[in-house]
Amino acid sequence: MLELYDGALNVPEIITRWYAEETDYNYGAYIPFVGTVREEDGIDGLSFDVYEPILNAWFESWVTKAALLGAKLKMAHSRGDVLVHESSYIAAVFSPKRRVALETIEQFVEDFKASAPIWKYDLKNGQRLYARERSTAIQGAGLLGVAL
Amino acid sequence: MVTIEFLGPIQKAPLTLEASSLRDVAEVLKQDAEMAQWLDNCAVAVNDTLVASLDTALKSGDKVSLLPPVCGG
Repeated sequence: MLELYDGALNVPEIITRWYAEETDYNYGAYIPFVGTVREEDGIDGLSFDVYEPILNAWFESWVTKAALLGAKLKMAHSRGDVLVHESSYIAAVFSPKRRVALETIEQFVEDFKASAPIWKYDLKNGQRLYARERSTAIQGAGLLGVAL
Repeated sequence: MVTIEFLGPIQKAPLTLEASSLRDVAEVLKQDAEMAQWLDNCAVAVNDTLVASLDTALKSGDKVSLLPPVCGG
């Protein structure tokens, strides 16, 4: 399940609802990871662009991978502006035992950072500035820049 | 005609052009000064599937997307 929201996430509502949705499935482990905007370098917050078609395909590939391990993934992310001390990202894994859940949440979040088509901007002094130095080129990038 | 769309922070309106492969798209975009900072770090998708070869064939109606470096979370 992939959920996108305009603005900050309602973290208590989302993680409580996800917990309730899975109570009948005999999962022994539920690990939510919550990403919260920190006060840093004088920013007022962050802002996000999301490209849904490729994000959906990326997420579904992870759902399939997790299912092979008996695990289930859920994710929520913000579009638009999220202010300091608000949250923009939740990833969660359910699995029968803790080891699969711990390993899956780490791999999933790391691949999310490297691959998910989401762009981050700093909100600072009334401007929306692309966080280029904190961004990662997607694997295989640069195709159009090679010498012809 | 294929459509080229520029995602995220690339402030550029979509283009339509004649192209039979991504190589043709690359040739056109290399002539565009405002794209110089992006071509070396963008991933490329055709009809929303990431591709890895300049020889990827294109047909009329295809959509080519340029995805600059990402940072979700």
